Amino acid sequence: MKHTFTFSFFILTSLYFWSQVPGINVIQFDALEKIMSSKSDSVYILNFWATWCKPCVEELPAFEKITKDYKGKKVRVLLICMDFKSKLKERVIPFIKKNGLVSEVLLLNEPDYNSWIDKIDKSWSGSIPATLILKGSTTNKKFYEQTFEYTQLKSEIEKVINQ
Amino acid sequence: MKNLRIVSLIVLVLSLGSFNLKENPGGYKPGDKAIDFKLKNIDGKETSMSDFKEAKGFIVVFTCNHCPFSVAYEDRIVALDKKYAAKGYPVIAVNPNDDKAYPDDSFENMKIRAKDKKFPFPYLRDDSQEIAKTYGAARTPHVYILTKSGNDMIVKYIGAIDDNAENPSGVKVKYVENALDQLMKNEEVKVPFTKAIGCGVKWKK
Repeated sequence: MKHTFTFSFFILTSLYFWSQVPGINVIQFDALEKIMSSKSDSVYILNFWATWCKPCVEELPAFEKITKDYKGKKVRVLLICMDFKSKLKERVIPFIKKNGLVSEVLLLNEPDYNSWIDKIDKSWSGSIPATLILKGSTTNKKFYEQTFEYTQLKSEIEKVINQ
Repeated sequence: MKNLRIVSLIVLVLSLGSFNLKENPGGYKPGDKAIDFKLKNIDGKETSMSDFKEAKGFIVVFTCNHCPFSVAYEDRIVALDKKYAAKGYPVIAVNPNDDKAYPDDSFENMKIRAKDKKFPFPYLRDDSQEIAKTYGAARTPHVYILTKSGNDMIVKYIGAIDDNAENPSGVKVKYVENALDQLMKNEEVKVPFTKAIGCGVKWKK
């Protein structure tokens, strides 16, 4: 019995560490739900992107600048990567390294898109880039199915911070 | 001075109005009547739904060359045509992307892709993007199942092909096949609308 326990513990920890890749975590939708329902006073910026999505890649520097601007403040940029999980080592990790991304990158491995798109926002058609800005301690969230320039992104974030 | 204020107020109201229009691109909903089109096929001929006299309906797929989701679904789109064209529902693929910004989606490259993948269905170029706009195609691939009803084409399903783009063997629900099977049995389509992540349609700027 004790051995079974130790063995399962070993398996679970190895599975945990196996899923952790330097610079990127592979997550399921429940991880996003936790962030979206968090009561912390942090502001979260969830940007849905992919390495193959040209307009997404073009707007990444704006999000990176936000991460740098608010370093040490309660503002977290999460780059939610929609690349297939099978492309993690071949494309996503090399992309993060090559571009020296400093924001937190999460690969959302949740292929049944129809089951969760509406939970991010009912107005979302599913095309990317898309961005959700929310402040845990308020019920306010703002969703954008569009690309951002830095100044526009910053002003939208400031609006949510000052609510 | 007063006139200037009124003019700027009008400009402001108008610009707000157009902003709202952009936020609601519209497009078809299940149950709507769909328009026919006349678009250039990769064989050089203008193709319309009305050319298919025997068809009971169509699987219209807005798709393209460059998008990894479209590429991931190519074999499954071919399989749909092989399975359902004989049953009266052929596939018609439409590429609406701006080929200036995305040269992979040019007419010449569409011909190459169709030949490489042996597309058994028409692969049309929606150069003006009017059909994609009218239908409300937002991403690629984006499927519209249409059924003939007298002289009309009725939209029966809008959305994804199935619930796993990356891995065909991981598919649990085949949305398009389910909808078609229900239509064949003269049943209502139980899931007439789904959403999916996809590459946004590349609109001309």
